[in-house]
Amino acid sequence: MYIIIAGAGKVGWNLARELIGEGHEVTLLESDRNRYLIVEEELEHRVQHGDATELWVLERAGIVRADMVVAVTGDDEDNMLISQVAKEKYLVEHTIARANNPRNLEHFELLGVRPVVSATDLILRLIEHEVPHHGLVHLLDLRQEQLEIIELEVAEDAPAAGKTIGELELPEGCLVVSVLRNGSGFVPKADTLIEPGDEVLAVLNPGDEPEVCRLFGAYRGVDGAGRGHSN
Amino acid sequence: MFVLIVGCGRVGSAIAKRMIRQGHEVSVLDENQEAHALLEHDMDQTWEDAGGQFTVGTALEVEALTEAGIERADVVVCSTDGDNTNIIVAQLARKRFQVPKVVVRVLDPYRAEWYSQQGLHTVCPTQVAIDMLTEAVIGDAVPG
Repeated sequence: MYIIIAGAGKVGWNLARELIGEGHEVTLLESDRNRYLIVEEELEHRVQHGDATELWVLERAGIVRADMVVAVTGDDEDNMLISQVAKEKYLVEHTIARANNPRNLEHFELLGVRPVVSATDLILRLIEHEVPHHGLVHLLDLRQEQLEIIELEVAEDAPAAGKTIGELELPEGCLVVSVLRNGSGFVPKADTLIEPGDEVLAVLNPGDEPEVCRLFGAYRGVDGAGRGHSN
Repeated sequence: MFVLIVGCGRVGSAIAKRMIRQGHEVSVLDENQEAHALLEHDMDQTWEDAGGQFTVGTALEVEALTEAGIERADVVVCSTDGDNTNIIVAQLARKRFQVPKVVVRVLDPYRAEWYSQQGLHTVCPTQVAIDMLTEAVIGDAVPG
């Protein structure tokens, strides 16, 4: 794949290095002259000096044949603009943008820029995973596909406790794909009994989250258990 | 007419003063408190006495835009010193706040042209200068 990365900060530089190591063709763009000179010592012709929000800089880097553009500068406006232009003007198939400030996530979404990666948001989720205050962890959100995977801990008094999978009145399209009990996981069958303390992995439509949480006795918190953005 | 001006430098402050002299309601948003001084330069009263509003805040913060009155703005002028900030704020004004008229200053002719094709009302001072200078050169040329 041919990948253009905008911004040679820690993220951009390391990403370039990894992707080159995997055999991809990479061009890294950096607007700061001093930073460019440092990175150039290692990456040589694979880094170019220029402001990636300037269309001619993107064109010089060969954006018309790029399979992917990754916008990871330290400036959210720039990342939004680069992704928007890459997708809508140059018809690049894949774009990935970084949100430095998680409060800007809603702007990225409004402008149709996705997927967006926010380090703050990722760490928040890791905290959630390590210390699940609400008994609910978001493992994966596929927003466009309207699908998410969550992990729930079955509460003592949950309506589902003591019932078999087959007896549960799960919303249409919701599927329990795995049960973790006493440190090992298995794929449940219709006659598998749900016990309090089980950790359950479920695939569902994001809209059905409240109902699924109710069944397993997990509480959602105010805003999807502390995530930086809401659906 | 209620006009919100985002970015109060030479251009933003001059438009703000002109609009308020013409009797419009004007609100100005800038991330720098010191920009307020520009609004009172050449004026015989304070900006607030003249009926103006001034908010300190970052253009991308929804709270700042709301405090500055974007929800009831008839026109938003994006005139910060950053092309990208202007372009993003203009799209927020249109898509999120449904502001009827949004005018954006974009210094880079290429970005101005493309976003203009996408439906933004862009004004490019660089392109204006290019056209005027070219015209001046041609106009001064000795005919024949």
